[in-house]
Amino acid sequence: MLSAILFLAILFLSLLIFFVPGKVKYFFTLALIVIGIVVTTLWSSELIAGDGQEVERTLLSAGSGSILVLTIDRLSALFVLVINITVLTGFLYARGYLARYLQTKSSLSFSIHYFSYLWLWLSMLMVVMVRDGLSFLIVWEIMALSSFFLVIFQAEERTILKTGINYLIQMHVGMFFIMTGFLLVGRDTGIMSFNALTEYFSSNPNFPLFLLFFIGFAIKAGFIPLHTWLPEAHPSAPSHVSGVMSGVMIKMGIYGIVRVLMAMQSDLLLTGTVILAVSLFTGVMGIMMAIVQHDLKRLLAYSSIENIGIIGTGIGLGMIGLGLDNPVLAVLGFAGGLLHVLNHSLFKSLLFFNAGSVYLATHTRNMEELGGVMKRMPYTALLFLTGSLAICGMPPFNGFISEYFIYMGLFRSLAGATLTHSIVIVASVVGLSLIGGLAIFCFTKAFGIVFLGEPRSQKAVNISEMGRTMILPQLLTVLLIMIIGLGSPLVVRPMFEMVAQSFGVTMPTMETGSFMSNLSQISIIGGLFVLMLTLLLVYRRLHLKRRQVEAGPTWGCGYTAATPRMQYTATSFAYNYNHIAKPLLQNLKIMDEIREDDLFPSRRTFESHSDDLFRRYLIDRPVDWVSGLLKKIAVMQTGRIQQYILYAFLFMLLVLLLSFLKII
Amino acid sequence: MAGFVLIVIAAFFFPGIILRSKSIASGRKGPGVFQPLKDLTVLFHKGSVFSHATGMIFRIAPSLTLITIICAMMLLPFAEQKALFAFEGDFILFSYLLALGKFFTVIAALDTGSSFEGMGASREALFLLLAEPVFFILLATFAMFTGYTSFSVIFNHFFVTGNDYVLIYSIIGIYLFVQIAMIENSRLPVDDPKTHLELTMIHEVMILDYSGFDKALIHIGTYLKFAMFGSLIYNIIVPAGWNVILQTGLFLAVQTLFAIVIGLTESFRARNKMNKNPKFILTLSAVALVAFMVILILTDKLV
Repeated sequence: MLSAILFLAILFLSLLIFFVPGKVKYFFTLALIVIGIVVTTLWSSELIAGDGQEVERTLLSAGSGSILVLTIDRLSALFVLVINITVLTGFLYARGYLARYLQTKSSLSFSIHYFSYLWLWLSMLMVVMVRDGLSFLIVWEIMALSSFFLVIFQAEERTILKTGINYLIQMHVGMFFIMTGFLLVGRDTGIMSFNALTEYFSSNPNFPLFLLFFIGFAIKAGFIPLHTWLPEAHPSAPSHVSGVMSGVMIKMGIYGIVRVLMAMQSDLLLTGTVILAVSLFTGVMGIMMAIVQHDLKRLLAYSSIENIGIIGTGIGLGMIGLGLDNPVLAVLGFAGGLLHVLNHSLFKSLLFFNAGSVYLATHTRNMEELGGVMKRMPYTALLFLTGSLAICGMPPFNGFISEYFIYMGLFRSLAGATLTHSIVIVASVVGLSLIGGLAIFCFTKAFGIVFLGEPRSQKAVNISEMGRTMILPQLLTVLLIMIIGLGSPLVVRPMFEMVAQSFGVTMPTMETGSFMSNLSQISIIGGLFVLMLTLLLVYRRLHLKRRQVEAGPTWGCGYTAATPRMQYTATSFAYNYNHIAKPLLQNLKIMDEIREDDLFPSRRTFESHSDDLFRRYLIDRPVDWVSGLLKKIAVMQTGRIQQYILYAFLFMLLVLLLSFLKII
Repeated sequence: MAGFVLIVIAAFFFPGIILRSKSIASGRKGPGVFQPLKDLTVLFHKGSVFSHATGMIFRIAPSLTLITIICAMMLLPFAEQKALFAFEGDFILFSYLLALGKFFTVIAALDTGSSFEGMGASREALFLLLAEPVFFILLATFAMFTGYTSFSVIFNHFFVTGNDYVLIYSIIGIYLFVQIAMIENSRLPVDDPKTHLELTMIHEVMILDYSGFDKALIHIGTYLKFAMFGSLIYNIIVPAGWNVILQTGLFLAVQTLFAIVIGLTESFRARNKMNKNPKFILTLSAVALVAFMVILILTDKLV
C-alpha cells in the first residue's frame, strides 16, 4: 500500500519542479525518477516472486468504484523494464547535453522540459499498467502531449515547431482510431476496457476491430505508411528525448497491438499474415530509406522504423503460429519480437545519445560535414560502434539473439509446413536476411562516414570528447547489451513464461531445454570469440614490437595533396545502392541545366535530397489539395456583414425547403 | 574437430593449387604450390606502415575478421563427426559471423579516408547485402528437405531417407555454394583479384593500405574461407556414412577440384561489368528460390 501512495506522491510532487530553484531542479527530477523506478521494479519483482499472475494496485478510489487501478502482468513487467532503463540512462545523459542550453534557455523552459520528461515517463508507465479504456486514453493523450513539449524544446526554430505540430496532429489521428475501437467494445459489452476485449471478441468478428486498433497503434509505432511523423520528430528533439522516443515511446504502439492480440480468438491466421506483410514491408522500406539519409539522426529514425518491422515480423509469425496450432513458431515468434523490443530500446537509445554527442561537439547532423570523429571522440565512437554492431544483429551482441529467436521459429516450422505456410516462411526468411544485409550497409555507412577517415569540414576538426557524465550512463546500456548477448540462456525462461501467460502457448519442456542449450552454445562461441580475439591482438602487439612500424600517408594514388573533402561521402557510398533502389526511392534533384545556347553560364547550384514517397503521396499531396480547396471556399469570407446575413438566410431557406420535402 | 583440422590442412594447399592451375592454363611456368605460404612468411617478417588517417578500427579489423572465420569453421561438420559446435540454427550464426568480418573490413577501408577504398567498401557492402538472402534460402531448402536445422544433422541426413531427388539439391547446392564462395572471397566473376586499376577493384582496393602482419592475416583469412566453402560443398556431395579414410581422401580431392575449377574459371573468363554484378547476384537468389519451388513440387505441396 505504501508503494501505491509513493507512486501517487510522485504524480503530485512533479508539480514542484516549477518551484524548485534552478540548480536543484535536475536532481529533484532525478530523485523522483529513481523513486518511481524503485517502486515499479518492486511491483514487477512481486509478480515474479508471487504466483506470477497479476499484481494490482489501486491508486485512487472514489465511493464504491476505483478510478485509477494499475495492473501488472508479465507483459507489462517487460515494458516497465524497458521504460525504466532507457528513461534513467536518458536522463543521466541529459545533464551534460542540456548544459549548453543553460545560458540561452530560461529557467521556465527547463522546468517545462523536466516536467514533460517526467510525465512522458509516468504516462508510459501507466499506459502499460492501466487496463480501463478511459484511463488508458487519458494517459495515452498525456504521453502524446508531454512528448510534444519535449520535441519542441528548441521551438525558436520554426521548422521544429512545425514538426511538433505535425506530430501532435498525427498522434490524434491515431488516438481517434483507438478511441473508436474502445467505444465499439464499450457499446457491445458495457465496459470500456482491455479486459472486456475477450468478451467482445468471443461474440463478434475479430478482424475489423483488430484493424481499428492496429491502425491507431501503428501510427505510434511507425509502421509504414503511417510512419511519416517519425523521421521528422526524432531529429528535431534533443538527443536524450529522441533516444527515449525511439527506444521506448514508439514501443507503446507495439504494446497496444500485443494487448489487443492477446484477447483475439478467431481470424488469427489472417491477422498474423496482415501483421507479417505490413512488418516485412516496413522493415525493408525503413532500412532502404535509412541508407540514403544524410542527417545522422534521421538515419537512425528510419532505422527505428526498420526495427519496428522486425518486431512486427516476430509478432506476426507468433499469430500465424497460434492460428496454425504450431506452438514452436508461436512461442519463438512472440518471444523474439518482444525480446527485440527490449534489445532495440537498448541499442537505439545508445545510438541516439552518441549521435547527440556528435551534434553537441560539431553542431551539425549532416554526415557530409563530419568524418574522423573517432580520433577526437574515441569513447563516443566506440559506444556508437557497439550500438551499430548490435543493431545489425552481429554476434555476440544482443540484436543477434532476438533475430535468432525469429529465424529459429521460421526454420523449425519449415518441415511439415503447408504450401501457403512455407511460402510465408520463405518470404519472411528472404525479408529478414535482406533487412540484415541492408542494415549492415546502412551502419557501415553511418559509422564509417561519421567517425572514420579525415574530417570533411572545419566543423569536425576542433572538437573534444564529451564529459564523463555523458559517457558513464551509457556504459550501463552497453553492459545490458553484453549481458543479453553473451548470457542469452538467462532471458529464455522469462520470455517464454511471458508468452505463456499472455497467449497461453508453451513449448514442450524438452524443446525449451534444447533451445536453451542452443543459446548456451552460442554464448560459448561468443566467449571464445572474445577470448581468441584478445589473444590474437595481444600477440599482434608483441609481434609488431619486434618489427619496424612506421606511419605514412594513405596510399598515394587518389589521395595525395587532395583536401579531405575528396573522401568518399555518405552520398557516394550509397551511390551504387541508390542506382538499384531507384524505383522505390526517389531522389529529388534541384538544379537548372545548362542549355546549349548558354555561352557564359552563370553561377548555379545543385542540391539532391532523398524523398519520402509515402509522405509525399499520403500526407503532403492530400493536405495540399484540401488546403487548396479551402482557399477557394475562402472567397465567401468577404468581411461584409450583409453577405453573412445573406448566407444565414440562404441556409435557413435550405433547411426549410429540405424539411418541407421531408428529407430531414 | 576433424572437420576443423581438415579445413586448415586444405587451406595450406588451396591458394597454391589455384595459382598452379592458372599458370598451367596460361602456359606459364609459374610459381610452386607453396608460393602463397612463402609469401606469408615474408609478410610475417616484414614491418608495417600505417596511414596517418587510420585509427584503431583499421588495426583490429584484420585480426577480428580472421577470428570470425575461425569461429565459423568450428560450426562445420565432417563426415559423421559432428562439428565442434553443433546446434539448431548454427548456420544462422555462421552467416552472421561472416557478415561481422565483412562489417569490419568495410569500415576499416573507410578508416583510411581514401576515395578508392571508400568505393571498394561501398561495392563490397552492396554485394554482401544482395548475397545475404541466397545463403538463407538455400539453407531453408535444406532444412525443409531434411527436416533439420543444424549443419551437422542436415548433412548427416542429406543422403538417407531413400530420397531419389538428392541429386537435384546437390547440384543446385554445389552451384550456389561455389558462387557464394566466389562473392565472399571477391573472386571472378564478381571481382578480379588480379586487376591492376584501383577503379575496377573491389576487395583488393580495400586492403591496399595493409602491410606486414595484418596483410598476412587477411590472406590467411581468405585461404581458410576458401577451404571452408570447399568443406560445405564436400558435405553435400559425399554421403556421411562412408569409410573415414575414404572420406578424408575424397575431402582433399574435392578441395583440389574446387581450387582447380576456380583457377580455370579465372583463366578463361572475364569479370562481369561492374553494374551487371547486382543482377548477377540477384539471379543467384532466384536460383535458390527455384530449388525451394522444386522441393514444394516434390513433396506434393505444389502441383
